[in-house]
Amino acid sequence: MDVQTLTFLIVGASFLLYIAIAIWARAGTTNEFYVAGGGVPPVLNGMATAADWMSAASFISMAGLISFMGYDGAVYLLGWTGGYVLLALCLAPYLRKFGKFTVPDFIGDRYYSQTARTVAVFCAIFVCFTYVAGQMRGVGVVFSRFLEVDIITGVVIGMGIVFFYTVLGGMKGITYTQVAQYCVLIFAYLVPAVFISMMVTGHILPQTGFGATLVDGSGVYLLEKLDGLSTELGFNEYTSGTKSMTDVFAITFALMVGTAGLPHVIVRFFTVPKVRDARKSAGWALAFIAILYTTAPSLAAFARVNMIETINGPQATGTSYAEAPSWIKNWEKTGLIEHTDKNGDGKMFYSGDERNEMKIDRDIMVLANPEIANLPAWVIALVAAGGVAAALSTSAGLLLVISTSVSHDLLKRNFMPDITDKKELLAARIAAGVAILIAGYFGVNPPGFVGQVVAFAFGLAAASFFPAIIMGIFSKRMNDKGAVSGMISGIVFTAAYIVYFKFVSPELNTPDNWFLGISPEGIGSIGMLVNFAVAFAVFKFTPDAPQEIQDLVESIRFPQGSGEASSH
Amino acid sequence: MAFKNEGDQQAYWKENLSLLFKLLIVWFVVSFGAGILFVEQLNQIQFFGFKLGFWFAQQGAIYVFVVLIFVYMKLMNDMDKKYGVEEE
Repeated sequence: MDVQTLTFLIVGASFLLYIAIAIWARAGTTNEFYVAGGGVPPVLNGMATAADWMSAASFISMAGLISFMGYDGAVYLLGWTGGYVLLALCLAPYLRKFGKFTVPDFIGDRYYSQTARTVAVFCAIFVCFTYVAGQMRGVGVVFSRFLEVDIITGVVIGMGIVFFYTVLGGMKGITYTQVAQYCVLIFAYLVPAVFISMMVTGHILPQTGFGATLVDGSGVYLLEKLDGLSTELGFNEYTSGTKSMTDVFAITFALMVGTAGLPHVIVRFFTVPKVRDARKSAGWALAFIAILYTTAPSLAAFARVNMIETINGPQATGTSYAEAPSWIKNWEKTGLIEHTDKNGDGKMFYSGDERNEMKIDRDIMVLANPEIANLPAWVIALVAAGGVAAALSTSAGLLLVISTSVSHDLLKRNFMPDITDKKELLAARIAAGVAILIAGYFGVNPPGFVGQVVAFAFGLAAASFFPAIIMGIFSKRMNDKGAVSGMISGIVFTAAYIVYFKFVSPELNTPDNWFLGISPEGIGSIGMLVNFAVAFAVFKFTPDAPQEIQDLVESIRFPQGSGEASSH
Repeated sequence: MAFKNEGDQQAYWKENLSLLFKLLIVWFVVSFGAGILFVEQLNQIQFFGFKLGFWFAQQGAIYVFVVLIFVYMKLMNDMDKKYGVEEE
């Protein structure tokens, strides 16, 4: 069977599985729709959290990014895992004890303020939309490359599937589908990684192959080889980066704190039965995430060596373009690889200096990897299914937060407090449907700035939610005025900095012009400090939180007496 | 009041914060310390086929993160029992 038929079969089978799960786990009440009835076992919840967290970007783009960034890629590896430590130690158990449905719920109740709630709702919706547009695009790319349907059809199919199980199943349907999606995506990620690790180093585990010697008998370590190749070709040494230490520090910090503040991640800890389970679930989530995140840098290194050797040939003099392997021709059709024969010798050559004749998009590394390494067709099909699973699981989680924010935080808690459970559920379903349509629109017509706005999602989460929640738990006297002014100044500072360098004056976006040498990607960490500073300054001059709020904070600090998550 | 007395409640919270603080120090040292601030110095040390600083930044810190959360879970659950505030 050819690759395309196999891809249809494997991706199709995975879709059937998701739909079957959705029918089995459909939601009947708002409690089931928002937090799966609070009854998900912690290990499964950990798996679902991992799938929720690992998006099309983690699956498709991250290893490629690292492959081109070398050491600097650590900002993503550390940033997107280290945030779970903060989440598990400082947020998850307390928020579970608090026992509400959403992040704006916590902020609104803890700071006894509709303004705080509304600011939080808009942040949540903005962060989620930013994120979801990229996911739909990921589905489109996978479909167009592997099934050779156009991007629009790909996005529409993806929307249809997500629509079905989000609208029908709510959090309950999503959670159990995500468990299945985690299995699909991790299997799809590991199979080619193990194959390639064995080919390059003879190690089964990519994590140890990463630090092993090559199988060619030269006794040279993989990373030594890669450092050598990189310097010869005019790139930076692979194991040292190009970013300044301050910037690496700031970006890593902003991504960590942003991760801990992302509403679609936090809400996952409302779905377990107990505080004890929230702690355990966070541990499992990170363990499941770490499997992929420790494989990714290994894969990045293997892929880089393979790619350079395939294009430049064993003598490093270039290989004939006319006899180029089929993956180069295939990806050229999508415009993600380009070859310009500058010196007219009919050969391809890849380097970091003026000899370079190739333009290679970093997003293709994971998807093209099995082809570069000549792996069997079913592995390629599996990678396609994994990419789609990663994109779908994350979109569903985000869409649920958007729909909950509208039906619960805006309607129930703001405009229509008397709404019945049935009507609220209907509103949630309609909101999810509308959100999917908007997301699909952005998937088909991606705004040119999707790449840029990712910095926004993390920056805003870092500068708004994270400090507000931390102060809400650890400072029981912190009041509404402090929290609201902190959130607003954090957001305004961060947003202004990003907008200035990304949209107003992109030509000034160089290290010389940055504040303290911190790039827009890392500015969320300063935004967070601004938030804390302003909040405490305002708090100094305003009265403490009322006694009943202080008692509430005391009561979330220990596990006993945690009930089901509820709206009351 | 789930605690026997107010003193217990304060002691529990203090013990909780001190555990939190210790674990966060480890968190900071393996990631920001070994992987970023002192990466150059650690890179002078060879660890199998890795430079040590590079290994912490792209592998080691992540393993420590996972262990940290499970250690926290275990110690907190024990602390809850000690003060009699665990869930039924």
